[in-house]
Amino acid sequence: MKGKGELGRGAYGPVRRKEDARFIRGLGTFTDDIQLPGMLHGAILRSPLAHARIVSVDASAAEAHPRVKAVITGPMLERRGLAWMPTLSQDVQAVLATDKVRFQGQEVAFVVAEDRYSARDALELINVEYEPLPAVVDATTALDPGAPVIRDDRAGQPDNHIFDWEAGDRAATDAAFAAADVVVAQDMLYPRSHPAPLETCGAVADYDQVSGQLTIWTTSQAPHAHRTLYALVVGIPEHKIRIISPDIGGGFGNKVPIYPGYLCAVVGSMVTGSPVKWVEDRSENLMSTSFARDYHMHGEIAAAADGTILALRASVLADHGAFNGSAQPSKFPAGFFHIFTGSYDLRAAHCAVTGVYTNKAPGGVAYSCSFRITEAVYLVERMVDILAAELGMDPAELRMKNLLRPEQFPYTCPTGWEYDSGDYPRALQVAMDIADYPALRREQAEKRARGEHMGIGISFFTEGVGAGPRDQMDILGLGMADGADLRVHPTGTAVLSVSCQTQGQGHETTFAQIVAQELGLSPDDVEVVHGDTDRTPFGLGTYGSRSTPVSGAAAAVVARKVRERARIVAAAMLEVAPGDLEWAGRWQVRGDPEKARGIAEIAMAAHGALELPAGVEGHLDAETVYNPPSLTHPFGAYICVTDVDPGTGQVQIRRFIAVDDCGVRINPMIVEGQVHGGLADGVGMALMQVIAFDSSGNCLGGSFMDYLLPTTMECPSWELGATVTPSPHHPIGAKGVGESATVGSPPAIVNSVLDALRPFGVRHADMPLTPANVWSAIQGRPLRTDLAIP
Amino acid sequence: MQITVNVNGTDYAREVEARLLLIHFLRDDLGLTGSHWGCDTSNCGACVVWLDETPVKSCTVLAAMADGRRVRTVEDLAMKGAGEGGMGRRAGGGTLDPVQQGFSECHGLQCGFCTPGMMLTARWLLDHNPDPTPDEIREALSGQICRCTGYENIVRSVLWASKHEASRREADR
Repeated sequence: MKGKGELGRGAYGPVRRKEDARFIRGLGTFTDDIQLPGMLHGAILRSPLAHARIVSVDASAAEAHPRVKAVITGPMLERRGLAWMPTLSQDVQAVLATDKVRFQGQEVAFVVAEDRYSARDALELINVEYEPLPAVVDATTALDPGAPVIRDDRAGQPDNHIFDWEAGDRAATDAAFAAADVVVAQDMLYPRSHPAPLETCGAVADYDQVSGQLTIWTTSQAPHAHRTLYALVVGIPEHKIRIISPDIGGGFGNKVPIYPGYLCAVVGSMVTGSPVKWVEDRSENLMSTSFARDYHMHGEIAAAADGTILALRASVLADHGAFNGSAQPSKFPAGFFHIFTGSYDLRAAHCAVTGVYTNKAPGGVAYSCSFRITEAVYLVERMVDILAAELGMDPAELRMKNLLRPEQFPYTCPTGWEYDSGDYPRALQVAMDIADYPALRREQAEKRARGEHMGIGISFFTEGVGAGPRDQMDILGLGMADGADLRVHPTGTAVLSVSCQTQGQGHETTFAQIVAQELGLSPDDVEVVHGDTDRTPFGLGTYGSRSTPVSGAAAAVVARKVRERARIVAAAMLEVAPGDLEWAGRWQVRGDPEKARGIAEIAMAAHGALELPAGVEGHLDAETVYNPPSLTHPFGAYICVTDVDPGTGQVQIRRFIAVDDCGVRINPMIVEGQVHGGLADGVGMALMQVIAFDSSGNCLGGSFMDYLLPTTMECPSWELGATVTPSPHHPIGAKGVGESATVGSPPAIVNSVLDALRPFGVRHADMPLTPANVWSAIQGRPLRTDLAIP
Repeated sequence: MQITVNVNGTDYAREVEARLLLIHFLRDDLGLTGSHWGCDTSNCGACVVWLDETPVKSCTVLAAMADGRRVRTVEDLAMKGAGEGGMGRRAGGGTLDPVQQGFSECHGLQCGFCTPGMMLTARWLLDHNPDPTPDEIREALSGQICRCTGYENIVRSVLWASKHEASRREADR
């Protein structure tokens, strides 16, 4: 940490994290670390079948287990009106199944016992009789006539269709395609994956039967939104609910929704009168919670013969699983997918997305995806590479020719997004310089001549992060704006309370730096409170890279409010007019900087006997709600170098260069850490991870032995670069960065592998590019990666 | 069954079920929640502790197998100074191990969930190979998963600890 003597001018920078002190000592407090007196343990009985009618549930033997305190079933919840809960996308989801089970792993019954092992034992004593039904596993057949109807609970739902949605100008796009010299098309799958934070989801619910107070310690990225949801679902008044989101062992979108297990823990506590802990195991996490992606995409790109890109078209079949649990702003059923024109100067674009139900886990939630921008960037970056191959152009040259130019910002893309700022050619050039791109192409040519297969892949991405504004973006009617409170104590230390919740992003450090910068304090003198609804103002939470764009802005704005109050007090102290003062890390008299007061002196005066002037009631404390005027648009250029063994299909990532521009960097060390993690995510998605299913709907990715996560051995030593283009509308010029690398890296890796495979005539193969898939692609038969290999 | 396990220098005699996993014994019975549980299948390494002198994944070790043996957890990494330390959950005193310092200096952690297991393996590595190369560090940690850092800064953290210990040895000479 910087010393106390250093004033706010230097509060930004790579300061070490405040959070580390507890974590390196093993003294973090995660949900499963919570131990309450008399606490009981819950476990969930799950469906072994993907689609089946429930004939009967007999829990009598489990109830007779000597250490079991309660068994809760669907019919019991139905009598309380709690068998179904709203999802984040205007659908409903079964808390515990009553009529049918609709995916393998669906929640059927909940046991509350004195210890975790007994709760598990009792699950095996519950007898459920199922009548199996045919399962819809392949999304491409979900709308076939005669396909089994999954959601017969929904009145007037004759099939598995959820929504049709489109964006852009169809006629203009058609015209641009008709006038094009070159048109290429490609089908591609962004397969189902899972965020898989190392800490699984869980809750400790403690309902006080006397006061009616419900306290829930839980893995929540959005504690305030959760509080409102619990109030609406359970019927407990919202002021009697306290959500505490303690340390969270990674989120990545997995911890945005409310899951049935949380509600079961609440009901368990209400029924038994004791606190109830429920923490899912890894298989439950992978099989039942918030999957991501599962987009079957068809892309078409049109260009002039010289490589000028004219238009882009996409049609998407979106597999949403058994319940539509997507977490994205209500007006956007396909999230922000229509930012799919990416970073290029196109004339026209059109996309159409159809959502369907299948007998798979519900959601479509996230995985650091920025509301489906991950899929959009993958589509356009693959299409640009395929176009380059068709034209015989270098993919870097084709991108450079078509990237938006700095003078075009603010730029409104053909589907209506306004990009705030950017210098795209510079970012790509910086990446190419770090990589020494010409030398890499020479090396590749030499290796190809020797029969070795080296690939060079490029991606360029534009993100849109920091949702709202509130009139455009809401979740379940809750506008996407976030509050911040700032209290400055008499001695000049401060406490900032924010509505977002860190899952490892370092908010306790970064937001302290923001306030310190604005008030001329040391970050050490600013404490950040978050993750507790009783101690923080309302807001929608942390996902979609919105913490710095929204809550970070709120922190700066509320600090500036404090600063303006301090100005009035300082003026009174110095016996000058407020207008005579200027800010230089402290308030000083313009033209006479010796006459000055720092925040600490002013704070003491504001709490003291000084007669306060009009405009200050006392103290310096302030609060704000930040309603973002627009999204921020971080961007970046990535280059990936791979070596592929054609005999085994093995891919080795040799180098990965990532140049990110996220505007002003408050703590560059933390920003780089965020990028590192996202790049590793990309390695997993591009090469290793998929949640696949067999024809009966059995999940084939239900453990870390089957759902493979990147380790030290798959990840190279990342090579990072940066450019800084401030956001013009953000108070401190910052943009979000948490998901940039997860969005940008998969297409760079896939483009690299397919570049390596060019001598074999392979145009496309879907993720994950496992050795088997790469080998099959070389044989001319790339795999359908979301289904079991027959 | 009755077991006696020496954890971080203190003997604990407990009556446990034969099937009780070591990770649950440490976390639930002894309240040492610094070691985490992440996967059930020995893949993630959030639960790594030392059994005698060897890192093990305590989600696939029975507490009974630790009977009569020594277990070292993250709570023991910091060296206890005079009048500091102790075995309580909030025993945060004492001098940090260079590995702990390295993780903080080099931003080797984000959410902190994998960190205790990573640090215990790193400590074992440096005890057996005081001057590892980045590749040797990667190999030593290859059985453990971090979802946040992309491993780059973890490798740098262990290198930092290695260099720090080397300069301290030099100073002591």
